[in-house]
Amino acid sequence: MPGIKDRVAIAGVGATRFTEHYEKDHEDLICEAVDEALGDAGVARGDIQAIWAGIYYQFTGLGGPAVADPLKMYGIPVTRVENYCASGMDAFRNACFAVAAGVYDIVLACGVEKITDQGSRGLPNVREGAHPFLPPASAPAMFAMSATRCFDVHGWTKEDLARVAVKNHANGAKHPKAHFRRAITMEDAVNAPEIASPLGRFDCCAVSDGAAAVVITRPEIARTMKHKDDFVVVKANGLSVETANPMYKPGFEYLGFPATQTASRAAYDEAGITDPFEQIDLAEVHDCFTITELLNYEDLGFCKKGEGAAFVRDGLSAPDGPLPVNPSGGLKSFGHPIGATGCRMITEVARQLQGRAEGVQVKDPKIGLAHNLGGPGAVSSVTILGRNDTL
Amino acid sequence: MTGISAWGAYIPALRLERSLLGKAWGTPALPGARTVRAGDEDSLTMGVEAALTCLGDRARDDIDAVFFATTTPPYAEKHAAATIAAVLGLRDAMTSDVTGSLRAGAAALRGALDAVDAGTARTALVVAADNRPAEPATAMEQLFGDGAAAVLVTKEAAVEIVSRASNAEDFTGPWRRPGDSYVKTFDPKLETEYGYIRPVGAAAKKALGERTAGAIVGYAPDPRTLAQLSKKLGIEARDALFKTAGNLGAAHALVALAAALDDASVGDRLLLVAQGEGADAFVLEVRASVTSALPVRDQLAAGAPVPTYESYLRSRRLLPSDAAEPKSSTITYWRDRAQALPLIGVRCGNCGTVQFPANRACYECSVFDQMAPVSLQRTGTIFTFTLDHLLGGEYLETPLPRVVVDLDGGGRIFLEMTEVDPSSVAIGDRIEMTFRLLHDGAGFHNYYWKARPPRRAPVRV
Repeated sequence: MPGIKDRVAIAGVGATRFTEHYEKDHEDLICEAVDEALGDAGVARGDIQAIWAGIYYQFTGLGGPAVADPLKMYGIPVTRVENYCASGMDAFRNACFAVAAGVYDIVLACGVEKITDQGSRGLPNVREGAHPFLPPASAPAMFAMSATRCFDVHGWTKEDLARVAVKNHANGAKHPKAHFRRAITMEDAVNAPEIASPLGRFDCCAVSDGAAAVVITRPEIARTMKHKDDFVVVKANGLSVETANPMYKPGFEYLGFPATQTASRAAYDEAGITDPFEQIDLAEVHDCFTITELLNYEDLGFCKKGEGAAFVRDGLSAPDGPLPVNPSGGLKSFGHPIGATGCRMITEVARQLQGRAEGVQVKDPKIGLAHNLGGPGAVSSVTILGRNDTL
Repeated sequence: MTGISAWGAYIPALRLERSLLGKAWGTPALPGARTVRAGDEDSLTMGVEAALTCLGDRARDDIDAVFFATTTPPYAEKHAAATIAAVLGLRDAMTSDVTGSLRAGAAALRGALDAVDAGTARTALVVAADNRPAEPATAMEQLFGDGAAAVLVTKEAAVEIVSRASNAEDFTGPWRRPGDSYVKTFDPKLETEYGYIRPVGAAAKKALGERTAGAIVGYAPDPRTLAQLSKKLGIEARDALFKTAGNLGAAHALVALAAALDDASVGDRLLLVAQGEGADAFVLEVRASVTSALPVRDQLAAGAPVPTYESYLRSRRLLPSDAAEPKSSTITYWRDRAQALPLIGVRCGNCGTVQFPANRACYECSVFDQMAPVSLQRTGTIFTFTLDHLLGGEYLETPLPRVVVDLDGGGRIFLEMTEVDPSSVAIGDRIEMTFRLLHDGAGFHNYYWKARPPRRAPVRV
């Protein structure tokens, strides 16, 4: 298996600001993100040969036309990808594989979500014709049950969770496109109203609208394009699926997400990473909730099981620490328009590797990781990107 | 001789102090408290509780008939007895609802006795439950209570029914037309004398014949009327319910009987009476000592107060609410009836892992088609939980505890928790399952199980 390592390049990236875009619809957002990405890559719409679009909610848009229509990019394959909150990075994965397979030269991966248009608060229940007696809990509730276990087993506290929120808000405050551009204190986080115990308001990402797009090609083509000197290469992607119903799975520990463990091991194997903490220079990880980021540190192999709380407490994931995690502010502060998040992470890591992450640039990164998680730990996608001097 | 071989009552956990009602309306308050069903309970769910207590671990394969008696059926069309039979795993039972009268519980008992005597049923289960609607600010609001009882009718029973008598009397009071919100009454004196004392007295005398009885148990509209009947018949009346539970409607006679049988001794003779457009009287003799796993007196003593009158109004759907209707599907509900209502999971023949809902491929070892059905136990231990402030149940307060439970005997299940102080929920807590009305999605009653703290006190050795 030749895999995709070093055979796929990122030629351009774009993203909208993530916020409540009351004045824009999903078409406005996808146009804005794609236009920026195409401009960044120096290509025209007619140069794109295929599109994969991550969209989670059906009210955002169904099918390929959800993206083809606003852009008027007809006559080419356009595929909507849905894989819970990892929809965006799965769109990116499919686009990478198509390029690595040699089927296309230049393709687009993008994602968009227009959550505020659904007409009610919070995240809507998407299970049409829902099961009468196996209803899903709210997303905070599903992740909160991991926090409850970690408090019991590891002795973690609300303060341990709050450190993630404080760090990510401080990071997001410096990013021009982040939803929440305000730093918070430990007191703010610990004393916030409870959403699903033990998670409070600042432990949960909010509802945001937004879109992101990535132009993907092969390295040899990227060398002829606008970013010929600083294009980014894809080192690996791993995607793994576990049960969406851990609450019915006998023995499920709630102390981590096996999908992230298997997805990251697959990605590390392909990228040749044997010591993630040493070899990875920055990470954008899926902090839908503060507890998720703590568990991500462990599942991604940044630290040992049970050490997630210490990892942030000791400053290891701080922007000036040895492994900055979510310098963008993450889902917590940057925002989480579901289908857009995976591609937004890719744009963020690419900009960091290119040294143009205005306001939030970490020091001289060569290898970056992006991690997208969906469902109650059901789908995980891990992408490793590198500067092109790693080729 | 045919009679009652097992019984069980269900007294809901909530109590409304009558003084709270007096305070709310500026009216005199009766002494004591009344029972109140929770917002996720109705006559059917209370009936299930009583039936499960009545049957315990007893084998159920000889139960050929299930009668359900109430004046407050959950549906005008669609009977509840079939749902109760489904929960109990009685797929082949004859099922009937007996409704429309305060005498429904006694009428169901008559039907069960007839079926067993006639041999059309080897064993018949009688379930009676009621939660009658009383108009706010009336005496009925103070007097009425909610509750349920179940009795198992068999030949060769521990409690024999040695004689019985009935009569019919067209009497208007109390009554409720379709669409009426509350029970109506007219002239209490007329109702007491002509509606109750005369027909009940006549049925009692006929059933007793030359015999007498140690005590009267059964239905009366209020304690004073029961005392009048006692005086008229010259037999002591046993009232275990009015002060601590209330008038339990169509369930009252059987709950009162259960309470009396809990405390009865071999050789006791009881007169059971019921009234509603006429009367029924039964003479029972206790032949063998039987105990209930959850005696009525223990349940009466174990109540928790409804904190405010407003919360009572809310749980009774007497305050308008625009709660969103959850989605559901009659097709899914029907398809899952065989596993969801009786709680049937599967056990993997390869690795032994018990799982629910049923899987074709094993969660643990992923082997295909090695599953055998297994009855899940309704007790377990909380593995993890959250107090969810976002998704409350319909007419239920937030935060809503949601618990992941490892069931005794295997299987992991995800349940809402009811009748618990959310702040007290902890990993490792023991729970038992209780059958509740989950929501009314798709315009029908979606019944399922919830978790609650165990009602049964630890067995004393």
